[in-house]
Amino acid sequence: MTSASQNSSRSGPRTSSGGFSLAKLLLEGRAFLALMVIILVFSMLSPYYFSLGNFLTMASHVAIFGILAVGMLLVILNGGIDLSVGSTLGLSGVIAGFLMQGVQLQTLGIVLFPPVWVVVVLVCVLGALVGLVNGVLIAWLKVPAFVATLGMLYVVRGAALLMTNGLTYNDLGGKPELGNTGFDWLGFNRLFGIPIGVLVMVVIAIIGSIILNRTAFGRWLYASGGNERAAELSGVPVKKVQVSVYMLSGICASVAGLILSSELTSAGPTAGNSYELTAIAAVVIGGAALTGGRGNIRGTLVGAFVIGFLSDGLVIIGVSAYWQTVFTGAVIVLAVLLNAIQYRRRVKLPGSNGGPSTSQQQAGKARTADPAHEKIAG
Amino acid sequence: MNAAPQFEPAAGDTVLAARNIVKSYGGTHALKGVNFDIRRGEVTTLFGENGAGKSTLMKILSGVETPTSGSIELDGRPVVFSSTVDARDRGISIIHQELSLAPNLSVRDNIFMGRELRGATGLDFAEEARQTRMLMADLEEDIDPMTLVQDLRLGQQQIVEIARALSVDSRILIMDEPTSALSATEVEVLFKVIRDLTARGVSIVYISHHLEEALQITDHAVVLRDGAITATASARTIDLEWIVRNMVGENFDLGSPPTGYAFGDVALSIDDVSIADVSGSDRLVVDRLSLDVRAGEIVCIYGLMGAGRTELLECVAGRLPVTGGRVLLEGDDISRLSIAERINRGLVLVPEDRQRDGLVQTMTVGANLSLASIGAFVKGMLLSRSRERSLIDGTIRDVRVKTAGAGAPIGSLSGGNQQKVVIGKMLTTDPKVMLLDEPSRGIDVGAKAEVFRLLGERAAQGLAVVFSTSEVAECLGIAHRIIVMRRGRISAQFGADVTKEQIMAASGEAVLV
Repeated sequence: MTSASQNSSRSGPRTSSGGFSLAKLLLEGRAFLALMVIILVFSMLSPYYFSLGNFLTMASHVAIFGILAVGMLLVILNGGIDLSVGSTLGLSGVIAGFLMQGVQLQTLGIVLFPPVWVVVVLVCVLGALVGLVNGVLIAWLKVPAFVATLGMLYVVRGAALLMTNGLTYNDLGGKPELGNTGFDWLGFNRLFGIPIGVLVMVVIAIIGSIILNRTAFGRWLYASGGNERAAELSGVPVKKVQVSVYMLSGICASVAGLILSSELTSAGPTAGNSYELTAIAAVVIGGAALTGGRGNIRGTLVGAFVIGFLSDGLVIIGVSAYWQTVFTGAVIVLAVLLNAIQYRRRVKLPGSNGGPSTSQQQAGKARTADPAHEKIAG
Repeated sequence: MNAAPQFEPAAGDTVLAARNIVKSYGGTHALKGVNFDIRRGEVTTLFGENGAGKSTLMKILSGVETPTSGSIELDGRPVVFSSTVDARDRGISIIHQELSLAPNLSVRDNIFMGRELRGATGLDFAEEARQTRMLMADLEEDIDPMTLVQDLRLGQQQIVEIARALSVDSRILIMDEPTSALSATEVEVLFKVIRDLTARGVSIVYISHHLEEALQITDHAVVLRDGAITATASARTIDLEWIVRNMVGENFDLGSPPTGYAFGDVALSIDDVSIADVSGSDRLVVDRLSLDVRAGEIVCIYGLMGAGRTELLECVAGRLPVTGGRVLLEGDDISRLSIAERINRGLVLVPEDRQRDGLVQTMTVGANLSLASIGAFVKGMLLSRSRERSLIDGTIRDVRVKTAGAGAPIGSLSGGNQQKVVIGKMLTTDPKVMLLDEPSRGIDVGAKAEVFRLLGERAAQGLAVVFSTSEVAECLGIAHRIIVMRRGRISAQFGADVTKEQIMAASGEAVLV
C-alpha cells in the first residue's frame, strides 16, 4: 500500500528492508565477518595460510561438511534434525567400495563390475532410502526427529560395520579392463584448478538455493517449518515435505560419502563419525533457527567455511587438536547466542526492522507481534 | 501470604481498587481507563462479551500482566505487582480460564507447586497429602492426592485448580470461568465453598458466561464492554435483562445481510455429521448435525464455548475426521479428502487462532498471502515472481491490508490486518465456500466491521460464507441465517430479524421469561 513495498529485497521469505544500521549489519552478517576475521588472523600468524593453494585445500575439506550442511539445512528449516548423516556418509563409502570390488552373483557364478556412474546412482539411492526411513518414522509414525535419526545413526553405522566386518575397502581405483575406473576423479581431479568436491558443493548449493527460493517446495518448506498447522490448513502437503527433506539430506550425505572415499581412495565403515554434529554447527553458525523456518543456503555455506577454515588454520599454526575442539565449540555457542539475540530483537521490535529512518509512520500500529496480543479476548 | 490485618474491616469495604487502568497491545486498547473495586467478603461478578477485556483486567489484578497506565490500591495503599508470586504473597490468587496444571504430576504436587512444604528431611509429603485431602473434602470431591492430573476428567481438573487457589489462604480470589467444565452438582458445591469463603471475609471476583448462574452467587455486578465499565449495580437490584442490555450495548453497525441477488444452489451440505471427542471420551462433540448453505448465503453459527462450533468447522475443512455422516461440496462427498484437496475444490477455513493456525510468523506478509495458492504462479518448475507479486499486491488491495509492503514481517501488522491476511490468503484460492471460525476474535471494532463488509461483498459475488461467533451482536450483522449450537446440536435457527435475547436463550446462556 505504501511506497516501502518497493525496497523489500528478499532472501527466502526473510526480510531485510531498506534501513541501515551498523549493529544490524554486523549482527546479520556475523558469520561472514567471522570468516573474514579468521582468514585475517591466521594469515598474520602463518605465512602459509594466505595462498590460493591452501585455500583450495581447505575448501576441499570444507566441501564434505558443506554438502552435509546443505542437506541438514533443509531438515532444520523443517524444524527437524538429522543425526544419521554421518553414518549414512560412512555406509555410502562402504557400499561404493563394495560395488567397486565387484558383486558376486553366486547363483549365476559371475562377478558384476558396475561402472562408476552406476555406483554413484546406487549410492545416492541408498542415501535417499535411509532418508525415506527417517522421514516415514517422523512424519507418519510420529517418532520425534531426534530419536528417529539417532536410531538410524546406530542402525546405519552398524550396517556399515557388518558389511565389511569392521575392515576397510582399500582399492577403489577400478581396473581399465573391467571398465570401472574413474572413481578417484571425484576426489582428485580439478576443473579449472578447482577440486571436483568443491565444485560439487557449489552445484548442490546452487540447486538448493533454487529449490528454496524459486520452487513451491521451497516455500512449503519454509512455511511448514515456520508453522506446520498453518501450512497444513493452507493446503501444504506437510508430510510429503517432511519426508522429502530427510531424503534430500540422505542424498547429500551419500554424495559427501562418495567424495570422501574417493579422496581417500578407501572406504572405511567408521568414516564420517560425528560429522552430523559439524553439519548442524555449520547450519547454526549460518544463522538458521533450530526451531525451523529461518535460514538460508548462503549462511550455511559460510558457516561450513567458518568451521573448516578455523580448524585448518589451527592445524597450520600448530595448535593442539584438543584446543581445536575447544575453539570450535566456543564458536558454535557464540553463534547460537547471537542467533538468540537476533530473533529476540525481531520479535520485540517488529515495527523497527527498517531501522530508525524508515517506517516510523506505521510504528504505532505495527508493533503488535506480541503473541499476548491474542489474549485480549475477555 | 499476608499476616492478618491489625484492624478488622467491615464486610463491604473496598479491599482492592483499580484506578484508571489502561492496557494497550500495540494499537489495540484492551482496557480504556477502568475503575474496579473489590469488596471485602463479597462476590463481585464481571460481565462482558468475549473481547470486552475481562480476562485482561483480571490478569492485571493478579500480576500476570502490568497495566500500560493506571494504579492499583490494596487496602488503600498503592501497590505494583511484579509477578503472580508477588500478587499471591499479598493474598491475591487467580483461577485461570485455561487450566494451568502440570498434567504429568499428581494432584498433591500440583497443589503445592512452587511452595512445597519443607519437613525435617526434605519435603513433607505427608503433610501436603493431608492438606490436599482436606481441600478435596471441602470441595466434596473424592480425588486421591496421588492421582495424576492427566488421569482426571476436565471438571475434576478444574476442581484441582480451584483447590490450589484455596490452599494459599487468599484474601482475594479471582475465578475466571471456573464452572465451564463443571457439572451442575459440582457447581453447587463450588457455590457452597464460595459462600463459606465470603463468610470468612474472602473477596471473590467471579467471571462467567453463564449469566444466570453468576447472578445466583454474586453480590455486585460490573459490566465491561469494549474495555470500559458500562454499568455497576448491586445484584439485588438487577435482573438478566439488565445484564444483557449493558453487555451488548448499543448496536455497533456491523453491516446488514447483502441483498439484491438470489442465492445459488446448495454449495456446502453437512449431512448428519457426528464428531467424536478427540480426548477419547465417547461423548460426541458434534451430534448428528445437518446444515445446507447456498452459494451467496451467509450463515452465522452462535454458541458458547464447548458447543462444538470449532470442531464442526475443522471437520468440514478436513482437520478432524467425521465419526459419522458426510460433508458434500456442490453435491460431491468430500468427507475423505485431505485439506489440500478440499482447498483445491473450493472449500477453505480461516481458523480461530490465527497465531497458531493461520499465520507463519517467520515469513513475510506476501509469502503468507500467497501460501495457499502457490500453484497459481508456478511456471514450469519455478515460481514466477512477477505473477506472485501481482497476486499478492492485488490481494493486499482487495482485502485492504494496511502494511508497509509485501516484504514486511507478518508480526508488524495489527491483529485486524493479520486477520485480513489470513482471509486474503484463502480468498486467493478462489473458494466457493469459506468457513471462518471466530473471525473477529481479538480484533478491534473497526477492523471487525471491515472484515464483515469484505465477507458481505464476496457473498454477493456468490461465495457461501459460514462464520462462527460467541458475540451475539455479530450474529445480527451480515448473516442471512443464524444457527445456534448447543452441546453439539443445532438448538435453533433464526432469520436475520432475530433478537439478541432469542439467540442467548437458545444457546443456554440465559433463559429469559
